[in-house]
Amino acid sequence: MAYSEKVLDHFKNPKNVGTLDKASKNVGTGLVGAPECGDVMRLQIQVNEVSGIIEDAKFKTFGCGSAIASSSLATEWLKGKSIDEAGSIDNMDIVEELALPPVKIHCSVLAEDAIKGAIEDYKTKNKTV
Amino acid sequence: MNNTKLIYLDNNSTTPTDPRVVEAMLPYFHNVPGNAASRNHPFGWAAEEAVDYAREQIASLIDVDSKEIIFTSGATESDNLALKGVYEMYARKGNHIITLKTEHKAVLDSCKKIEKMGGEVTYLDVQRDGLVDLKELEAAIKDTTILVSIMWANNETGVIQPMKEIGEICEKHGVLFMSDATQAVGKIKTHPKEVGVHLMAFTGHKMYGPKGVGALFVNRKNPRVKVTAQQDGGGHERGMRSGTLNVPGIVGMGKAAEIALKEMATDAERLSKLRNRLEKTLSENLEEVYINGNVDHRMPHVTNVSFKHVEGEGLMMTFSQIGVSSGSACTSASLEPSYVLMALGLGDDLAHSSIRFSLGKFNTDEDIDIAIQQVTEGVNHMRNLSPIWEMYKEGVDLESVVWTEH
Repeated sequence: MAYSEKVLDHFKNPKNVGTLDKASKNVGTGLVGAPECGDVMRLQIQVNEVSGIIEDAKFKTFGCGSAIASSSLATEWLKGKSIDEAGSIDNMDIVEELALPPVKIHCSVLAEDAIKGAIEDYKTKNKTV
Repeated sequence: MNNTKLIYLDNNSTTPTDPRVVEAMLPYFHNVPGNAASRNHPFGWAAEEAVDYAREQIASLIDVDSKEIIFTSGATESDNLALKGVYEMYARKGNHIITLKTEHKAVLDSCKKIEKMGGEVTYLDVQRDGLVDLKELEAAIKDTTILVSIMWANNETGVIQPMKEIGEICEKHGVLFMSDATQAVGKIKTHPKEVGVHLMAFTGHKMYGPKGVGALFVNRKNPRVKVTAQQDGGGHERGMRSGTLNVPGIVGMGKAAEIALKEMATDAERLSKLRNRLEKTLSENLEEVYINGNVDHRMPHVTNVSFKHVEGEGLMMTFSQIGVSSGSACTSASLEPSYVLMALGLGDDLAHSSIRFSLGKFNTDEDIDIAIQQVTEGVNHMRNLSPIWEMYKEGVDLESVVWTEH
């Protein structure tokens, strides 16, 4: 199975690898997958408190090339989006952009789950009572 | 260091054909065009003579009579013929077969088919090091048992089973012993008669011969073993395997056997040194490196290594110069990690993190230097990306994390 150019590019030069302070109030963290399944994705967003815009996003992923590419792409897409816009990113957008084959669709699902997890975490931390 | 050379370290998948083998085969495509079964003209005789010679070469390698060699299209066919052929031939004696969970799919799926045909199959667990538990094997034999099928050496780990001990148990209980010796023949000494193996499957392309040709050894005396043919036709190969013989392929396999007989001991010694250096240096360069399978009973050219907290397929993508294979789920359509490694009780995480390096006679010292460099850099790259490596480094107990399995 050959990988698409875009998957290879994200894999070789992953964007936004790293760790944000998960204790920080304006950081949301999504950790999805399991080592037993061969995929663990951690995606973090840092939201500007005033504008509500995602100003930074970082990831680390244990997984195959497609999983790494999916999360790298997700962090790129997240930056500059509002929380609501981020929530509307669909896994099929990732599949299309990276030209993932059917056996790798679960990688994109995982990325969508990680985005949703990060948003959820951020919202929980910033609940207005 | 040469940074463009491509290095083949996947010799358990298939080996490059030895140029001397190719040379031996060439005349049999055009200059000697005959069908080995054409008994009434010189073209047929020449082909038959070439096939007979190859049969002798192969018989010498495994120390059997040449009449005990049945040519097939490869080890998968040989496994199918041995298992289903014995099952049908010995139906009156019983219907029970014993095998291992770590066998190749050619054996396991033949067994599954036999179950559908009304047979009973016991799939034995292996121990943590990949070896069969001889007591469990003996305990599994019953009145209806007709055959024990245990591979000589495992394709993923290289672990070599205690063939002589298994042969003694089979002998004691009057049960036939079949072995898939695909990974062992031509690499280490594999003399079926010495260890009590009655049927042995192997192939040309794992011993520097061509693809598309294999053989099944079928014991002819004490006991005289017979298998029911699995395909019908002209009654070639003493009625056990119909079909026009692949003369160039057979000539090539014969030549490969002749070379193996002369060179395999020297190759094995050299390759085991390279393999050991690869393992040792990687273990020094990197943390959390695990060798899978018994290290004292395994093929000289194989190592199966897990790099913890790194996913195997992703790791392989970092290798621009080396061709290896992985037990990672992501390399298989089923998304299940290697059943062989799982049978060793490895745990999914280590199974997902495994890489198999299988060296071959054409590998050099420099190849291993390049492999060491590529793997070291690749593992570091992947660990830098790995959240679980980060958690492990921070001292997080990964067992205590609540994962969201999908």
